Formats: sequence, C-alpha cells, structure tokens
Amino acid sequence: MPEASQTIEKVTIQLTVNGKPHSVNVEPRTLLVELLRETLDLTGTHVGCDTTYCGACTVLLNGAAVKSCTMFAVQADGAEVLTVEGLEKDGQLHPIQKAFGDCFGLQCGYCTPGLMLSTLQLLSRNKQPGDKEIRKAIAGNTCRCTGYQNIFKAIQSAAENMKGV
Amino acid sequence: MLAQLGDDAKLLAGGQSLIPLMKLRFANPTHLVDLNFIPGTSFIKEVNGALHFGAMTRHAEIEASSVAAEIPIVHDCAAGIADVQVRNRGTIGGSLAEADPSGDWAAVLMTLPTEIRCLGTNGERTVRLADFIKDAYTTALEHDELVQEVVVRVPPKNSGGAYLSFKRSAPVYPTVSAAVQLTMDGDVCKDAAIVLGCVGLTAIKATESEAALRGQAITEKALSAAMEAARAAADPQPDMRGSAEYKRTLVGALVRRATEIAVRRARGEHVEVSHIYA
Repeated sequence: MPEASQTIEKVTIQLTVNGKPHSVNVEPRTLLVELLRETLDLTGTHVGCDTTYCGACTVLLNGAAVKSCTMFAVQADGAEVLTVEGLEKDGQLHPIQKAFGDCFGLQCGYCTPGLMLSTLQLLSRNKQPGDKEIRKAIAGNTCRCTGYQNIFKAIQSAAENMKGV
Repeated sequence: MLAQLGDDAKLLAGGQSLIPLMKLRFANPTHLVDLNFIPGTSFIKEVNGALHFGAMTRHAEIEASSVAAEIPIVHDCAAGIADVQVRNRGTIGGSLAEADPSGDWAAVLMTLPTEIRCLGTNGERTVRLADFIKDAYTTALEHDELVQEVVVRVPPKNSGGAYLSFKRSAPVYPTVSAAVQLTMDGDVCKDAAIVLGCVGLTAIKATESEAALRGQAITEKALSAAMEAARAAADPQPDMRGSAEYKRTLVGALVRRATEIAVRRARGEHVEVSHIYA
C-alpha cells in the first residue's frame, strides 16, 4: 500500500462529458464519480451509499446506465459520459426532467439525477415500457423518501411525452 | 502481466464485486489489470450444440441475447442479477472467477454441463465448472491464469430449467437461490439437476433432492421428497438476511417453484420468471 507521502503517477485520459471533450490527468484510483464531481465540477451526480447499492451516482456511459462510484475514471478513457447536467438543451428541460417536475417525482431530490438517467436508458431503448419494465429499469435506484409512486408516474408521463422524439 | 506484478495483483473485469470489496478494504490489491479494453473477449455464440460466452460478456448482453435465450435458465439468471447498472458492467467470467457463495452464475451453470476455458502463461486448459469452484472466493485458477470462455452445453428439447432467487431488494445478493433443470420423458423425470445458492461456501448440488425426482412423475409426493432433501442439503448461516431456519424454509419453497416451472418449460411452455423480492 502506498505511503501517504508517496505521489501516485497520474494518467491522462480523454473522454467526452455531456458532449464536451475533456483531457484530464487522474490518479488510477480515482473513481469516475470523483472525476465528475471534483475535477469537472459536475456535482449533479450524487454519491449516496458508495457501495454499489443506491444508484444516486448513475450516469450513462456510452448510453448504458452505470454506477459511477463503481468504476475507475481511467476506465472511461475514450467514452462518452452523460450526467444530469447534460440533459437540458439550450435552456430547455429534457422531457424526463419536465415529467419529474410535473408529476412531483421527487421530494428531497437526492436520488433524482440517477433516476432520470436510468429512465433515459429505458426510454432510449423502449419507447413504450410496460409497468413491469419501468419497475425493473429503476430497481437499482433507491429513493429514501420512498416517493416511488410519483417517480413511476413521472416515467410513464416522460414516455408519453417522448413518443416520436 | 500478472506473473510480473506478483501475488497482490488482481484482474479487474466488470468490477461490480471487486470495487466494492476494495472500498471495504476486504480486497487490497497492489495492482489492478483492467480487462475491459481487450477486444474479442465479449461474445455469445453457438458452436456444435454448446453456447460459448466470452469471459467479459456483460450480464446485460446475455439478458438481451436471442442466442442465450435458447437456455431459459441462463436468461433467468442474466436478467435477474442485481440491477440494470450492475448488469451493464458485470461479466459472466468475472462473476465465476470471484466465486462468491451468493453469486448467481455458479448455481445456475452447475445444473448444466459447463466448462471453463482458462488461459495462462502455460497455455490453455479446460476445467469442469464443478472442479473450477473450489471454495468460497476460491477457484482452480492459477495466479497467472484468467477465464477466457464459459462453454455451456445446450440441454435437449425435452429439458426445461428455471432459476429463482429470493432477494430483499434488487441490488443485494440473494438470501437463497435455487436452480432446477429437468429432462422429462412424458410425465416422468428422466434426469434432474438441482443446485442451491447462498446456503453454503459454494453452490450446493442437492444430489438427494435430484434422486427424489429422477425416474418419478412429478407428483406432490415426489416434490415433497425433493424439497425435504434440498432443505437437508442446505447448510445456511444465520446473518442479516435471515436465520438458518428461515433460509432452509426458503430452499424448500424455491425448489418447489423452480421445479414446477422447469416441468412446464420442458413441455415447451413459455414461462417468464423473475427474481422474487421480500
């Protein structure tokens, strides 16, 4: 195990975050979520449990939902990452963001960024998800306010609004 | 590379078990060798009546694969592991090499003739899954070896299987799981494989339970005998997921349900199952 005083050699990686290319130097041990929050200042991605349970840190990696606390930043070398900050376009909320607001699909809001990105993976692959499919898609996102009913309605509403998009 | 880096180096596949273990300081490798950038290690193909899975094939890829769907019990497993995010990263090879006593793949694949193709500095070798899993978190892999491919023989048409796991919530390991694969001859069970997960240091092949079904019609009496034998084969530890008695009771219930679904699937019925939440 390295001594505290020992400097760890950094690695340069290139990745695209929310459409913007970045070249960053990171320690190999840096988690993707740490890079996003601390280096790139994208603090919309939350750290909840830090044990691969809660899904608050969910981002899309090349279109697939992943827990960004459970992969190293260097593993995102060459990848496209989408965080909650990348959802809105030209000052317009994404239909998923709008649906979460309209349906009161959030209370404290801590789990919301992760839930919206899990929703985006679902709706980008399945335009008309059934009830079971919605539940399965967000099984990895914990809402400790337990506001699941409205989250569920928000996802149904987002699916409706995104038809044909 | 592993040979050069020494004993404290570890391979990193999907990282969905290893990274949490490192955070908890249960694993403390000096080096990680990331397998994610090696091309050609993720594939699903059928060759001569067997499905071949590249070690780095993600659970989500298996879940979505029409080739893998040919063995319903394999689909049950892939579609039910943890949650979407974990399935997008976690791999079949990584899961088997991790050999967690509560892991899903070992329990499922032990019901089918499964071989692990290993690759090391001394070349390739093939190990039967039953010989590959040695103990909790311990496999037959040498330090300088890795899993290259998982090869699963496709069961005959008159065979059906089902995998059920009982979980407190999606992201956690199951409390108990049961995998059942039956080959039927009309109403009579020609062959049975019953494997229990989470109730021992490794997945447990419940041979007495299998014997209770083999050569029998699946009657209430035969089912009861299989459930009783499965409960006896389990060696559960009490923990936060439940008492030993509770887990033993679950073993019986899951074996019953999985057997009933396996029988229907062996008849050609399409039955969808998913993991059961508390």
